Amino acid sequence: MSISDKDSTDKDITDQNSTDSDTLININHLSSAYGDRQVLNDINLSVEQGEILVIMGGSGSGKSTLLRNMLGLMQPSSGEILFEGKNICHVNKSEMLKLRRKMGVAFQGGALLSSLSVGDNIKLPLRQHTDLDENTINIMARLKLELMSLANFEDLMPSELSGGMLKRAGLARAVIMDPKILFFDEPSAGLDPVTSVELDQLILQLRTAMNMTIVVVTHELESAFTIADRIAVLFDGELVTTGTVDEIKNCTDERVINLINRTPREMKIDADKYLSRLTKGAS
Amino acid sequence: MSFDCSEHLHYKVLHLTGEVDLSNSSKVRQCLLDILNKGKSVIVDFSELIYIDSSGMATLVEGLNIAKKGGLTLTIAGANGAPMQVLELTRLNQVFTIVDAVSDIGE
Repeated sequence: MSISDKDSTDKDITDQNSTDSDTLININHLSSAYGDRQVLNDINLSVEQGEILVIMGGSGSGKSTLLRNMLGLMQPSSGEILFEGKNICHVNKSEMLKLRRKMGVAFQGGALLSSLSVGDNIKLPLRQHTDLDENTINIMARLKLELMSLANFEDLMPSELSGGMLKRAGLARAVIMDPKILFFDEPSAGLDPVTSVELDQLILQLRTAMNMTIVVVTHELESAFTIADRIAVLFDGELVTTGTVDEIKNCTDERVINLINRTPREMKIDADKYLSRLTKGAS
Repeated sequence: MSFDCSEHLHYKVLHLTGEVDLSNSSKVRQCLLDILNKGKSVIVDFSELIYIDSSGMATLVEGLNIAKKGGLTLTIAGANGAPMQVLELTRLNQVFTIVDAVSDIGE
């Protein structure tokens, strides 16, 4: 017996649109705004196959907005984002769904559904997006729970988990379909130092064993320096620089130096506007 | 991905080639279960396997469980590269019997 798999799959469809390079995501001249408020300004950035790219910056630098744009959850005001050569800003709903199946997202707080057990939360994407047998789904979920050191937590409810466990359960759900690319929003936030280090190691293992491309958004320097192949530094919606850990550590840009040295930002104000805000409505 | 079956001694050998993932692991599962349901022990040949995802691994775990319950064996042969790393990451290298090559398995 010999069986060859020649079905037309999602993979075939997008592979036809792939560029021939190792670039998975290309962001070109991306600007993004909330109403009149410009949050990202002319960002150019790429994500290479198999790399761990850390997007680093302080609060309000535009990290999360960039992530939302990369996931297609937000339309940019200008520019484009190419995923395997396909512009995600101009794909229809069904094409976007196919692309999203290649993306795993681990949100900051885990984002588990509170009405479902941990196990059912993790199995949800498989039940929704595949026709796999329930036995296979159960084993896949348990493999991921084992990987996240949550072997005995399948039947618990999310409310019964600690912050670190919620984060690992969220990660288990994010990788349940073995995505091509994993987006991880603030993996270390709110975790104790030991759990944080364990999570960093897990991210490195996922990349190696599952050949996963990983984009991590964080403001945690130690974590970024541990896991990153490349770091992109954002400041006030602008991409200041990208480089390897050593390049970032040796960067001479004052904004990067301040970020690394944890120097508080100097608040530069427009005196007239400031006075106007303070005296608004006064006679 | 493609797969085919051959015989080695009293074993059925399931040769996996290319990539086993969500799009095709159900076919591998069906083939594996068919062999085990016929009472045959299986050698799964990984030597030409480039990638296997967790749906593929779950299929093999299910197969191993069925084999053990039926007094049969499921052995992995020729695992290397990324598939071996997945086995190690999931610690399934401690669960499956893994040999270097199909020819290493005797009576």
